[in-house]
Amino acid sequence: MTAVATIDWHDQIFETLKDHDIKQVYHVPDAGHGKLIEACQKSNSIRTVPLTTEEEGIPLAAGAWLGGQRSVLLMQSSGVGNTINLMGMTKTLRFPFLTLITMRGDYGEFNSWQYPMGQGTPKVLEAMGVLLYSVDDAVEVKATVDAAARSAFNGGQAVAVLLRQKLIGIKNFGKK
Amino acid sequence: MNTATLQRRPLVKQLLDGADDDLLVIAGLGSANWDITAAGDRPLNMPLWGAMGAPVAMGLGLALAQPGKRVLVITGDGDMLMSLGSLATVATQQPENLAIVVLDNEKFGETGNQATHTSPRNNGPTNSGAGTDLSVVAKGCGIADSALVREAGEVAQLVKDARTKKGPVFRLVKVMVEKLEFVMPPQDGAHLKDRFRQALLGHA
Repeated sequence: MTAVATIDWHDQIFETLKDHDIKQVYHVPDAGHGKLIEACQKSNSIRTVPLTTEEEGIPLAAGAWLGGQRSVLLMQSSGVGNTINLMGMTKTLRFPFLTLITMRGDYGEFNSWQYPMGQGTPKVLEAMGVLLYSVDDAVEVKATVDAAARSAFNGGQAVAVLLRQKLIGIKNFGKK
Repeated sequence: MNTATLQRRPLVKQLLDGADDDLLVIAGLGSANWDITAAGDRPLNMPLWGAMGAPVAMGLGLALAQPGKRVLVITGDGDMLMSLGSLATVATQQPENLAIVVLDNEKFGETGNQATHTSPRNNGPTNSGAGTDLSVVAKGCGIADSALVREAGEVAQLVKDARTKKGPVFRLVKVMVEKLEFVMPPQDGAHLKDRFRQALLGHA
């Protein structure tokens, strides 16, 4: 077993979110973020809020910031399109915003329905003025999420970290 | 047709009467924004000029961040219809300090008073909705303390519930269709956010 294979990047993200004093975590169900969501749900210092649609995560984050708390939105690329209209709030209110996105339709994807939004994700986020960080190597996850949180909460930016499918692993529905 | 008799402006003025530093207010775009501003602009008001569908989730994020303060979301039926799921999301958290008041005139006021889905069915070719009852929707989403307000005699209790009752509280208030003066707060979102945080936290 190599050193790289032993890195648990889910745990590293959780620790990084705690280091940055994240108090509210918004999510939809997601296998890619599953372990991180569970860690947040079990944490005493973090409030997790399950959403009916990813869109709710933007105004929730705005409200949390109004109240002095930092938050993060966890979603799949499949749901990014749901957020685009209200993503405009990050520009009009100019509040720090951080989202971590597990990519589908990206690298060896099995499900053709995932490709349109997966491939469109970086473009639509860029169109809305969201700063993009991308990571496909487990070694880079911690530093990338840390940098993204700094850009968001110190630099006042809207930032998305794309956790690439190469990192997460290809969902194969039992097919080889 | 809308048979409501309550007028939104005096009602909102009563809702916000004597507002102090413990009351944090978010208003949805359009009429609700002008209503809270007509009652008196203040830093702890967050009036939205856009972001339709945002106020309830925004109120939730704020209520969770500030459990010691009262958070009051005031918005309209059109805005609420765009984010019904956010009522279920509120219900998952059961914030004791959050009240949501929806002023329902059964119209999309900003675009020319077209019927919303809360308008009655079979109300003519251009004015029919679905008869959607948002107070039932809220209850069905898991906000147990949800009620409909129609009468002037119920307003005092409405104000008390919105300001002090253990939440989450949801009140649907049927209001008249009226042509009212636009009373506008500052428009710049970053300014509204910064003055809110300055007043609440002591820094922007």
